[in-house]
Amino acid sequence: MPSELKIANGRVYDPANNVDGNVQDLCIRDGKIVDSVSRSASRIDARGMVVMPGAIDIHCHIAGPKVNLARKLMPEDHRLDVHPKTAVTRSGTGGIVPSTFATGYRYATMGYTTAMEAAVPPITARHVLEELDDTPVVDKGFYVLLGNNAFLYKLLKEGRKKEFKEAIAWWVNSVHAYTVKLVNTGSDELWKGRKNANITDVNERIDHYDITPSFVTESFIEAAHELGLPHPPHIHCNNLGHSGNISTTLDTMKAAQGRRAHMAHIQFHSFGGEVNKNPVSGAQEIIDYINDHENITADVGQVMFGKATAMTADAPLAWMLRNVKFDKWVNADTECESGCGIIPFSYQESIYTHTLQWAMGLELFLMSKDPWRVLLSTDHPNGGSFMNYPKLIKLLMDSAYRKEALQHVNQKAVAKTVLPELDREYTLNEIAIITRAGPARALGLKNKGHLGVGADADITIYTEEEDREQMFNAPRYVIKDGTTVIKDHEFATDHKGKILHSKPGYNEDIATEIEPFFEDYYSVKFSNYAISEDYLHDHEEVPTNPKS
Amino acid sequence: MPEAAKSKPKESKNIRIVKDATCTFCGCVCDDMELTVDLDAHRITKAKKACVLGRAWFYEHTLEDRPVVLIDGKEATLDEGLDEAARILVDAKFPITYGLSDCPCEAQRVAVDIMDTINGNIDTTTSVCHGPSGMAFQGVGESTATLGEIKNRADLVIYWGGNPAESHPRHFTRYAVTPKGMFIPNGKKDRTVVLVDVRKTPSTPVADIFIQVKPGKDFELLWALRALVKGKKISEDIEEQTGVSREVLDDLVERMKNCQFGVLFMGMGLTMTRGRHFNSGAIYSLASDLNEFTHFVAKPVRGHGNVTGADNVVSWQTGYPFGVNFNRGYPRFNPGEFTTSDVLARGEADAAMIVASDPASNFSKKAIEHLEKIPVISMDVKETHTTRLSRVRFAVATYGINTGGTVYRMDDVPISLRPAFDSPFPTDQEVLEGICQRVKKMLSGSKARVAA
Amino acid sequence: MILVPGRSQKQGTSLNKGKLKDEYLEVTTTAELNEQDMRRLKLSNGDKIRLKSDIGQTVVTCISKKEEDLPSGMIFIPYGPSSSQLMGSDTAASGMPMSKHMQVEVTKVKS
Repeated sequence: MPSELKIANGRVYDPANNVDGNVQDLCIRDGKIVDSVSRSASRIDARGMVVMPGAIDIHCHIAGPKVNLARKLMPEDHRLDVHPKTAVTRSGTGGIVPSTFATGYRYATMGYTTAMEAAVPPITARHVLEELDDTPVVDKGFYVLLGNNAFLYKLLKEGRKKEFKEAIAWWVNSVHAYTVKLVNTGSDELWKGRKNANITDVNERIDHYDITPSFVTESFIEAAHELGLPHPPHIHCNNLGHSGNISTTLDTMKAAQGRRAHMAHIQFHSFGGEVNKNPVSGAQEIIDYINDHENITADVGQVMFGKATAMTADAPLAWMLRNVKFDKWVNADTECESGCGIIPFSYQESIYTHTLQWAMGLELFLMSKDPWRVLLSTDHPNGGSFMNYPKLIKLLMDSAYRKEALQHVNQKAVAKTVLPELDREYTLNEIAIITRAGPARALGLKNKGHLGVGADADITIYTEEEDREQMFNAPRYVIKDGTTVIKDHEFATDHKGKILHSKPGYNEDIATEIEPFFEDYYSVKFSNYAISEDYLHDHEEVPTNPKS
Repeated sequence: MPEAAKSKPKESKNIRIVKDATCTFCGCVCDDMELTVDLDAHRITKAKKACVLGRAWFYEHTLEDRPVVLIDGKEATLDEGLDEAARILVDAKFPITYGLSDCPCEAQRVAVDIMDTINGNIDTTTSVCHGPSGMAFQGVGESTATLGEIKNRADLVIYWGGNPAESHPRHFTRYAVTPKGMFIPNGKKDRTVVLVDVRKTPSTPVADIFIQVKPGKDFELLWALRALVKGKKISEDIEEQTGVSREVLDDLVERMKNCQFGVLFMGMGLTMTRGRHFNSGAIYSLASDLNEFTHFVAKPVRGHGNVTGADNVVSWQTGYPFGVNFNRGYPRFNPGEFTTSDVLARGEADAAMIVASDPASNFSKKAIEHLEKIPVISMDVKETHTTRLSRVRFAVATYGINTGGTVYRMDDVPISLRPAFDSPFPTDQEVLEGICQRVKKMLSGSKARVAA
Repeated sequence: MILVPGRSQKQGTSLNKGKLKDEYLEVTTTAELNEQDMRRLKLSNGDKIRLKSDIGQTVVTCISKKEEDLPSGMIFIPYGPSSSQLMGSDTAASGMPMSKHMQVEVTKVKS
């Protein structure tokens, strides 16, 4: 017997289908949106409520070795925020880096039904898949870190672009990734091999490889384009957090040469000013470029005041923060593939740079001309917890609230921004774009982020409230794959989401090139490296669109 | 290639070769074994590349003639065993689970589920292994690396309080001392190896420099090194305190500051002795400090095949690595309060489920005495002191030999196992899932244990 | 004297055979002392000695080690049920009993 559900008379926000607050019914059968359902379908009366597709986090850090190290690192944070079990859900701990179960449930309680883990060294992908299997409710996928990969660098150095493309596809397939991730390209070799040095310029030569970060980035964008990955390279630029890094960021976007590229947590890369001096806002220049270039998508990586955790494959960045804060610090080098740094952090209103970053994020949102391409994120937990999203939505939707908030922050920093002059208020439709329809489009998820026939029945229903933070903090219903997971604000059942991954086509001969490299420089056997599909459990292959 | 690798058939007819199998005996988790399996005799007859410990592991795990389930010493069916185990756990007020470091993550995940369901206490052998290092990590963090990076780059390798030659024989040859790496073209010739211990061991000959520290004085020695690295004064009588001269310390400090990529490996000689987590914290801090001069990492040399997996699983499910209590309906962590050695020695636990470990042999006298008084459920591949005193004992298949699954190497690298031959015994995971289902069924409805 | 239990290769290989088997029991009841201590205590290889701590006692066989390999005042023994008999339960709120570095009294057992 098919399971059927009708959501009746809700005010629907479905920007992908040009539905902007129209009162209409939604019909669901077997986890998908359909035209109509039988009269015996169960029914939710959504009269007076706001109905949106389930939200999608395009960039967060929720599973895998670095996340787990951060969990282990902060018992003091977990104990302040316990997550008790219920009759239908598992227990856990919260705080800035929640346990897996708490992560899935908490995303769901904010109306999120999909979340993408943004940085996974391939050798640890098995771990990520195990954790994602224990992350309930949401659908999830991950981006595989290839931007500092020693073997791929070797191919680029040898000028073998074709093999480079094949090897990327081999890696994405072998670990079941969604797309490729580049982080501070070129820095790993300097960090590990030149006594903790860092890349400072996208055009400098990377030690031992005679190639530049700019060339690496360009090559990845080109290869991903040809492979037709559903989401383009997800790029964390060089020089994160350094004054004047806008020039690096602009250079990186230019390296795309009109091809699709996604710029991660763009706020962290929008610093004006001069090196080694206090930063100023460079948001205007960055957003101008993005507004004018339709090939670019970005998530903002908004900073929210309060607790955060720097958790990044950008090891030199974490080291820089460590030397500011001298708190406990984690560094974790992954052979041939990645670096990693973790440091507990908090953003404070009184501190110049922290306020500047908070304001810069808001500037980027408020000066964006295309909500489809400038998407909501806090780079959880780097800019703050994903639990801050409702508050961030309120900051965007309510200019009076924003003006009030401006009173309590560092005024010197505010003076370096145009934030006080920005009166724009996001509409519900625009919120639905930056949290649902936009991420789905950027990710190439055709069945998500909208409520048209054939879409996944991932739906959130909110009681409309003037206080948007309160509203987005507690949806009345959350429906995942047609199942009412949250009913009247309470969990009605547990639910396992699925893994989203892509399988770009490639010539399998490339494996014979990669294998000898493994024997020499890896510590695991090549034959034990690729991950069996058993680890995917329930999963969905998102189609590629190769250009040949 | 596989054709050539097939060894010439001996007398036995039914031979299988398993290439790139993984040895789970110790935390090295070497995944390059080539096993020759006699499928008729149900045993591994050859384990190419295995060390002496690995060979013993592979050769000695055969199919023993044991009942799958014993309840009070009497043979029973698997269902009876699972029913009785579930009943014991549900009836208990302070049920505990302990062990878990010699089974795959898939089984560990179910064990945490059971304890979450019955508001029990979960702890792993980490608490009596590198638990103190886990606590130190919470305090100061860690600069670390996967073993391949050490193979590729480390030109200064320091072992402190460990004897890998006897406990992790291939640590030297596969990962950290002799192998050639990307920037270590000549292997051992390109590295300086230092060993710090209270006594000479079979590991000592590997070292270029051997430093003998007085027992229980590791912390003092480490703290002096930290001070010297930072250019601070240390006490004049350092040699009298620690047994190590100022000259030796100065030399070591220069080597550490000037190497290209240094690593400090720590053994249980630090965690099990005076100072415990302070010793581990001193190692971590020393390595972190050295990053102001060069690239430096530290790493505990973990013991059991999947103890690192246990840390990871318990951490991702609860937020804490070991010593976790669910009594209030959510995880709480407190070493000393919820660690097994303590809950047994204080006589608090009133039922215990022991998976793949032998506390009845390794724990303190007081803890063992209490274990003898309470109902114990055990899962093990061999008879042990613990299985002997158990009310319900399950004989299970050996992970990595009879079962697949995931294990984590000491550097958190996850590896999938390739089983060599089938076993009639159930896996840990199957037994735990059976118990889990029954426990959930028994507690469903009015008896559900929700948050207090 | 100070007792330091630890792993040894034989302890590792024999435990694969079975912890209740003779070989493992033999390995884990053989303690090493240095020659000087052996002479001082009038012991020769193969003698039985009683190790006594505040917690308990156990009888093991002793063998000698060269002075340069094992310092005076220290006894090494592979981990096992014997060493556990001597181990206190106090973990100083760490979860870890003092498993190495135990104070013990050594007396020769008359055979």
